[in-house]
Amino acid sequence: MTKTLTKLESLEAQSVYILREAYREFKNLAMLWSIGKDSTVLLWLSRKAFFGHVPFPLVHIDTSFKIPEMIAYRDRLAKEWKLNMIFGQNKAALAEKRTFPDGKLDRIACCKTLKSEALKHTLAGDWPRYRLNHQTGQYDLDANKEPYTGVIVGVRADEEGSRSKERYFSPRDRNNEWDVGDQPPELWNQFKTDFAPGTHVRIHPLLDWTELNIWEYIEQEKIPVTKLYFDQGEGKRYRSLGCFPCTFPVESTAKNVQDIVQELKTGKFANIAERSGRAQDKEGGGGLEVLRVDGYM
Amino acid sequence: MNKQRDQMNVVVVGHVDHGKSTLIGRLLADTGSLPQGKLEAVKANCARNAKPFEYAFLLDALKDEQAQGITIDTARCFFKSQKRDYIIIDAPGHIEFLKNMITGAARAQAALLVIDANEGIRENSKRHGYMMSFLGIKNLTVCVNKMDLVNYRQAIFDQIQREYSAFLKEINLVPQNFIPIAAREGDNVVELSAKMPWYKGASILRALDHFSKAAPKDEQELRFPIQDIYKFTEDGDDRRIFAGRIESGAVNVGDDVIFLPSQKYSRVQSIEAFNKNSESLAFAGQSAGVTLATQIYIKPGEIMVKKDQRQPHVSNKFKANIFWMGKQPFVKDKNYKLKLATQQAPVVLSDILGVLDASELSSIAGKSQVDRHDVAECVLETLKPIAFDDIFTIAETGRFVIVDNYEIVGGGIILAPVFEEETSLKKYIASREFNWERSQITPDTRAKKYEHKSALIVLTGPQGTGKVEIAKALEEDLFKDNRFAYFLGLSNELLLNPGQATDKTLSRLGNIQELGKVAHVLTDAGLILIASVSDIDDYELNMLKTLTLPRQTLVINVGENRFSHSQIDLQLPADQDPHASSQQIINVLIKSILIDPEYFI
Repeated sequence: MTKTLTKLESLEAQSVYILREAYREFKNLAMLWSIGKDSTVLLWLSRKAFFGHVPFPLVHIDTSFKIPEMIAYRDRLAKEWKLNMIFGQNKAALAEKRTFPDGKLDRIACCKTLKSEALKHTLAGDWPRYRLNHQTGQYDLDANKEPYTGVIVGVRADEEGSRSKERYFSPRDRNNEWDVGDQPPELWNQFKTDFAPGTHVRIHPLLDWTELNIWEYIEQEKIPVTKLYFDQGEGKRYRSLGCFPCTFPVESTAKNVQDIVQELKTGKFANIAERSGRAQDKEGGGGLEVLRVDGYM
Repeated sequence: MNKQRDQMNVVVVGHVDHGKSTLIGRLLADTGSLPQGKLEAVKANCARNAKPFEYAFLLDALKDEQAQGITIDTARCFFKSQKRDYIIIDAPGHIEFLKNMITGAARAQAALLVIDANEGIRENSKRHGYMMSFLGIKNLTVCVNKMDLVNYRQAIFDQIQREYSAFLKEINLVPQNFIPIAAREGDNVVELSAKMPWYKGASILRALDHFSKAAPKDEQELRFPIQDIYKFTEDGDDRRIFAGRIESGAVNVGDDVIFLPSQKYSRVQSIEAFNKNSESLAFAGQSAGVTLATQIYIKPGEIMVKKDQRQPHVSNKFKANIFWMGKQPFVKDKNYKLKLATQQAPVVLSDILGVLDASELSSIAGKSQVDRHDVAECVLETLKPIAFDDIFTIAETGRFVIVDNYEIVGGGIILAPVFEEETSLKKYIASREFNWERSQITPDTRAKKYEHKSALIVLTGPQGTGKVEIAKALEEDLFKDNRFAYFLGLSNELLLNPGQATDKTLSRLGNIQELGKVAHVLTDAGLILIASVSDIDDYELNMLKTLTLPRQTLVINVGENRFSHSQIDLQLPADQDPHASSQQIINVLIKSILIDPEYFI
């Protein structure tokens, strides 16, 4: 009797393996949860890996410009699944209105300020972290200021050119920078889990997944996702989620997960980049790569 | 439920400038897999810069790559045939990027190896072929490219096929096919070309579709390397779950299992999963979790196998082929870290049997180190026994990587275990004894004078059982009784080997070694040396005892006894009054080292 795994089962097994490696090897481990479909699948895979538990904090960078449904969805799942939920924010920039919507920065500079910078300092622990208090339902200042040395991120290789060059375990130096030219080898499921003090490692369990795989898995596992991904009757839905001033919906009448899977299978979007509704990618020459070398996800 | 399409990873390798990126660009373009407008955009860009368009440009997604004009890393792109989806991995041909090429190839189930018909077989054509054999990739198609530059002549293709087949045969690799192509022109890439009517085989795309994935591994013997052991107590969860990926075979609820190298055994009680119906079977490829019928203590890294099946080797020495990627050479007399499946152990290079010149396949004799990009046959010695298979039996547990200074610097495949008595520990002891200048005062004389023999007393057991308090109480009680007793904490800075202090695996064994060396000196001086080491395992204890010889080592276990076969001299409960525990230890000492009634009060 021969048993083999389906495509989704193999993807799941590999991601679970990577998550368990990360959990065993990194004492200060955190997962970035952007509230989007990918990192929500990642969160689900963590519950798979740890048999219903999520044994590390989830970090969200709140730019304050997120679509409001996203925050409501974040807090609902955080409470339901008893997550160790943390958010960080560039309070100074927001107070000084140094943002794109306030007209003081262009889109790329705004991303750098509200996301990359906030992320860097939240991970390092030198800016305040706010942690969900499950008793009160409010966010309190987190006492733990230790830097996270392992950061799990839901990037996929098929999303965008620069992401296709990532490793499962990808080191970042003291300045959060990514040296694309000198990455560690990965073979036979042995990864870079040893790292020098002061550096940290980004962990990418979803690297081999495609947009279709993500939706097929959401369908198979019945993972709750925010309704922003579905057409609410206006013939539009979000394909990729971000801040409202820079994120635009696509034309689609997909009303549920099954519809999206069907839609992707027709190849309707095959020739349109998934992040094409994200305005910052289009700025300058290779916007996302410029951002990523500097620590953006 | 919708049918999921099959998926396969394909790596494209070969010497630099032999046309790997062009082949990929062509595959993407001719299967209609490029994003809308991409082809036109790249063509327009070329026209603007007055340079001829090349399909290879399609791949240059990253800017710094375009600046250098070479593929610096493994890029991934996707295309479809009618049969399945392909993830194609473009691996760099430059020798400096060997580690990137290996990373790409290690993820692949199939390989396209590109050789320039005009230039012929070059150094990396052979090196990459060798790496495919090393990495265990069975689906290989050799693409003889740039046939347009040799006027599509069959004689040239036949010559390369003959020569390269002979080479591959030497390294036990049989390619599925050789295909003459002109990637730039699209000849024989997706469709067969009229320009080579003499070629009757498949196009590249057809050849890829003919590849089959690796045979399912569930019918081999069970190899379940334990990745971690979980006990999440939240919400009253009391399961103790042994998690890991099943590398081969299958396991059923009720199976009798053995953990190696510790030799502990138990029975599988349940197979655990989240958001899934409960199963009674887990099989190869799954990242699974089991609970056991008995409570046993093992550490991550052990391999769970079935009691009634052929078992892996357990040894600390083996013969292996390795390839080296480190900037520093692989040298003897240095501790490295070995990672095999989920096991980690300190390892030393014990012997170099031959270094292979990969481009010529000839052996370079008499090398005393393995340099960057070398392939070598070596004997490696781990400082504690590990469980493994040879590469021919079960590949997943027959290969390993070597870590030095935070980086993976080498990879290897195990050819066979080496069973011999000569270990580096024994060598060290022989050399120590040879160089030791003995004093006039014999151990007996010293024992009579001090009214006790010397010994090492090791307190061990799980963490947090009050071992240090007992050790200190014992030191105090013996001291008050005029015994020469001394308590030594292992966290003592002097014992730490600074170079290895940051690596858990290396520093743990390094500390035990240092403790053994210190214990040998201090017990030779006549002392009763007391040390506390949490969770010392059978092999670590054996090493400590061996280093302390000829003096006695007494083992006091506090709390749960986690040894599988070591004898302990006294078992103490955790959280007992330290002086009460101390008294129990002294009672044991009276029977062993304080025995001489003539001198004992």
